[in-house]
Amino acid sequence: MILQALLDGLLSGAIVALGAIGVSFSLAILRFANFSHGDLLAIGGYAALFVLLLLAASQSAVIPLEPFSFGWRLPVALLFALIATVCVALLLDRLVYRHLRARGADPLTLVFASFGLALVLRNLLVLLFGHDPYNYSSDIQMALRLPGGVLVMPDQVLVFALTLLVLALLWFFLQRTRYGIAMRSVAENPPLASLAGIDIGATVRLTWIVSALLAALAGVFYGVTVQVRPEMGSNLLLPLFTAAILGGVGRVGGAVLGALLISLSENLVTLVIPNMYKPMIPFVLLLLVLYVRPAGLFASPAQR
Amino acid sequence: MLSYSVFFITVAAILAIATLGLNLQWGVSGQFNAGVVGFIAVGGYTLAVLTIPASQQLWVRLEWPFALALLASLAVTAAVALLVGLATLRLRSDYLAIATFGIASSIQLLANNLEKLTGGSRGLIGIPRPFAQLTETIGTPFGVQGFAWAYLAMVLLILALVCAALQALLHSPWGRVQRALREDEEVCAALGKNVVRFRLTAFILGAMLMGLSGALYVGFVGATSPSDFMPILTFQIWAMLIVGGSGSNGGAILGSFVIWGLWTLSGALIVSVLPPQYQAQGGAVQSILVGLVLVLTLLLRPSGLLGARRG
Repeated sequence: MILQALLDGLLSGAIVALGAIGVSFSLAILRFANFSHGDLLAIGGYAALFVLLLLAASQSAVIPLEPFSFGWRLPVALLFALIATVCVALLLDRLVYRHLRARGADPLTLVFASFGLALVLRNLLVLLFGHDPYNYSSDIQMALRLPGGVLVMPDQVLVFALTLLVLALLWFFLQRTRYGIAMRSVAENPPLASLAGIDIGATVRLTWIVSALLAALAGVFYGVTVQVRPEMGSNLLLPLFTAAILGGVGRVGGAVLGALLISLSENLVTLVIPNMYKPMIPFVLLLLVLYVRPAGLFASPAQR
Repeated sequence: MLSYSVFFITVAAILAIATLGLNLQWGVSGQFNAGVVGFIAVGGYTLAVLTIPASQQLWVRLEWPFALALLASLAVTAAVALLVGLATLRLRSDYLAIATFGIASSIQLLANNLEKLTGGSRGLIGIPRPFAQLTETIGTPFGVQGFAWAYLAMVLLILALVCAALQALLHSPWGRVQRALREDEEVCAALGKNVVRFRLTAFILGAMLMGLSGALYVGFVGATSPSDFMPILTFQIWAMLIVGGSGSNGGAILGSFVIWGLWTLSGALIVSVLPPQYQAQGGAVQSILVGLVLVLTLLLRPSGLLGARRG
């Protein structure tokens, strides 16, 4: 039981981590709590669903790539989801956030705008796809039996491996490329970064692109391993925020560890308390962190 | 029609009390509450739980009188606001937004699942309504019951009292410090004002008004369930404040009546025009319009659609 809970927590934590990194970037670089970030995940999930439905209508069934539940259509759908989510994020920045920044609006005005946009995005999904949840695939997939009687789906293993790969690429991007270093320096100190010749506007756009790519991946992975539904963005928002704050705002590694910690505690605590209270666990953790160590669990002594 | 007008005005006035609470938090003190509905629900459920007739299925069997339970719902809402405020108000301003969002989701979850306290997803019914003995109809031939008139009078009286109290508060030394805080926080701190405490009191007082609104609503309809407190209510209250122009109490009240009127009318239109299978989509359009009102007002008319001053 405990082993299974640990494994499930690890696998779902990887998806939360991809979303939490975007929230963390937004808190550190764009400098506001983005309430519509969860809905970017949902847009990614639904964009992939759109392609899958389109392809399913046009052709006869394709054979799944054993042992996974999906065939070649999913990579195509994922590619479309990545592009569509980046487009939506850049469009929202261009139409809304850029004007507010240009006006010198305070961070709470940006929070407010993202809050309104979240409602619009979520209900556009309802309008287009309806309230009911969708599964990407109705095929039955054989679980792998691991030592200790632990069951795991091949899809979950693939999603987890891909997440690790993406995190490694992201690490390389942030540490070794000039664009990544620009993002980190804007997170650290915007006026200083600007003095050093870094284009803040370009870095903001880059931040949206990276966050949206990670969000789309998380949304599609969520669709593969769970299902997509219009409220998935608002349901995931609290774990995303909590992971970002738990890990220390602006720290990618922190957000990943925070996400794993949240998912593990969700899965372990529900061994003891009823399953329906699971969505409250991120909030309880959030309050604890804010009371005890608001700079994050991994903050240096000076920040505490 | 008259009967419906009485119902409409009562609900709009109850919502206006919550909007006044949000105005205190946002318009006056500049704090973002992303979980207005959570505080409304706490007030509503507290009143319901304390006044409902004793039953085997429920833990709480107090059967308190309405007025006492109303005061208790203010106290419980204040306690919840204190829990969230203390955790966040020393920190970044957007952490309060995150925490209020969290408390609202958690309260919805508890309302749905704590069957012995809240009746779960079915909710609580048969909550004693004040003035229920006034069953005689007044205003015939339209048939508005005495109960509805009496409740409307009480709600309007409370709304007037709240308004008067807020005006007095804003012109008191406390209100002057709040305005000064919005201008320059560091100067206020340098003058020896405890910034966090002033923020906290504004947040708690605003939340108490939301709790009052929820309690009055539950006392009016005599029932409560999680479907009365959906997340869309938070956005509606925000739209009421923003349309009226945040910072102005009169604007908050006007905005409440305008937005509630538009919401009710568009809802009625959807029910009468759209075939049943498309009505969920119609609801989505309503929500999109509320979201657009918020975003477009921020972009185009930051001082509010009705052009009220920002205080």
